[in-house]
Amino acid sequence: MAERSSVFDMIGPVMIGPSSSHTAGVVRIARAAIRVFGSIPDEVDITFYNSFARTYEGHGSDKAILAGLLDFKTDDKRIKDAFEHAKQQGLTYKFRSVGNAAIYHPNTIKLNMRKGAHEVEVIGVSKGGGLILIEEVNGFAANFTSSLHTLIIFAKDQPGSIAFISDIIAHEDGNIATMSVTRKGKSGQACLVLEIDTGIRMLTKDYIESLSWVDQVIYIPDIDM
Amino acid sequence: MQTEDYLLFDDFKSWKKYCEKHNKLLFEPVLDYEIHQKGTKETAIWEGIATAYQVMCEAVDTGLNEEMTSRSGMINNGAKKVYRYPKAVLSAEFQRLIARALAAKEVNSCMGRVVAAPTAGASGILPGTLYTLQELHDIPNQKIYEGMLVGAGIALIIERNASIAGAVGGCQAETGTAAAMASGAIVYCLGGDINQVFGAVAITIQCMLGLVCDPVAGLVEIPCVVRNASAAAIAYSSAQISLASVDSVIPVDECIMAMGEIGQAMEARYKETALGGLAATPTGQAISRRVLIHDIEMLDDEPEQ
Ligand code: SF4
Repeated sequence: MAERSSVFDMIGPVMIGPSSSHTAGVVRIARAAIRVFGSIPDEVDITFYNSFARTYEGHGSDKAILAGLLDFKTDDKRIKDAFEHAKQQGLTYKFRSVGNAAIYHPNTIKLNMRKGAHEVEVIGVSKGGGLILIEEVNGFAANFTSSLHTLIIFAKDQPGSIAFISDIIAHEDGNIATMSVTRKGKSGQACLVLEIDTGIRMLTKDYIESLSWVDQVIYIPDIDM
Repeated sequence: MQTEDYLLFDDFKSWKKYCEKHNKLLFEPVLDYEIHQKGTKETAIWEGIATAYQVMCEAVDTGLNEEMTSRSGMINNGAKKVYRYPKAVLSAEFQRLIARALAAKEVNSCMGRVVAAPTAGASGILPGTLYTLQELHDIPNQKIYEGMLVGAGIALIIERNASIAGAVGGCQAETGTAAAMASGAIVYCLGGDINQVFGAVAITIQCMLGLVCDPVAGLVEIPCVVRNASAAAIAYSSAQISLASVDSVIPVDECIMAMGEIGQAMEARYKETALGGLAATPTGQAISRRVLIHDIEMLDDEPEQ
């Protein structure tokens, strides 16, 4: 049976209008994206797909995405003035609308973030009620919701690696809620995404990152904090 | 199936039975539900409710004092005009009620801070009604908070048996649910008994049944803002009726069933798709052409991948 709602789903959340899928969800996609990126980017290309393509201005999703890129929270009153804040903080941006990408959910956004030579692409979906799904990170299927703590591991694809990492998390008393693995080509790079109920220690993140077959570890604690 | 020792808010009948059996006030099982289901501490729940009420009142004040123009221009400081208009059609209190419901909802349309209750589209109804109730009857905050918990219980049951989302059940599900929450809270705060509280919910639902979701240009502005005002008025009229113990005849659970049935039968064009009703009128279409983005790329063959 589906999980029952909270009293605060009925009276809440406290949010910035006009709608949770066009404001809160969009802010959260950007908040997750900058955590994948590692910081606030200098430059970003923002593509709104499908039903977002036509409506993003009317609903203020352009302000919401910039606000999230600036790390504003979903209930931050400054969202309304995100254009001014982006200008002040030197974030440059370009918007693009694509109307018919049938492979994507109606409310999809692609972010191409850059700072110097560092570039990351994140594709996210606003699923309604402020819930999101980060579908892709740099072309790898990521599929995390950012409602929990997320660990993204880029590693060489070698046997036993997944079991090894799940073991480490288990020893942290972290309950793994979801896990997905994508491989790019045979024995190429793999991307492992874990959603964990409780946070992990920085030490653990550093340990995983120190393993010879691991290229990069991105740890994203609760994005609403 | 009620195996747990707390109430799950499946219907109004069991809520009433539970309160009568355990000699509890209506808000108490809502509190227990949240504590057991979500593991939230009681103090945190009261704090959350207090914050929500504070944000609601702020939204009312913001809407009545600050510039409220939406990007489409369809919303343009309506609440302030109503609030300041020299002639009250009914009474000054009624005028303030309507202005406040409009105000909080305008804040939502203009990217200000609100509480979704139960949704963003209906975010002016509880603020308008509760703010006015407190002012008129000098009700302490704690009592208002209890009323809000009762409202949350009402919404939990509606969500379970019908819907609280316009995209699923039409506008009856959004503004209808909010009006039912408000009406129940009003009667509770004024000392009504369980039958009178639930009667107010039943009558409110009867008044809101069938309302379709047809936002012009898909924006949460027209008719959403004025529907927040009318829903606030209906919450009060139903409370007045039920406080006098005038029977709703159709029991509240059956009213919710009717709402669910109507919601299911409603065509997709009346469910937030902006394809029917006011959105499909010539003027609605013209506005939509004006506010929607036309500079859109169309992909030939799904490249990108
Ligand atoms: S018309 Fe639709 S969008 Fe507007 S308040 Fe009603 S349900 Fe919400």
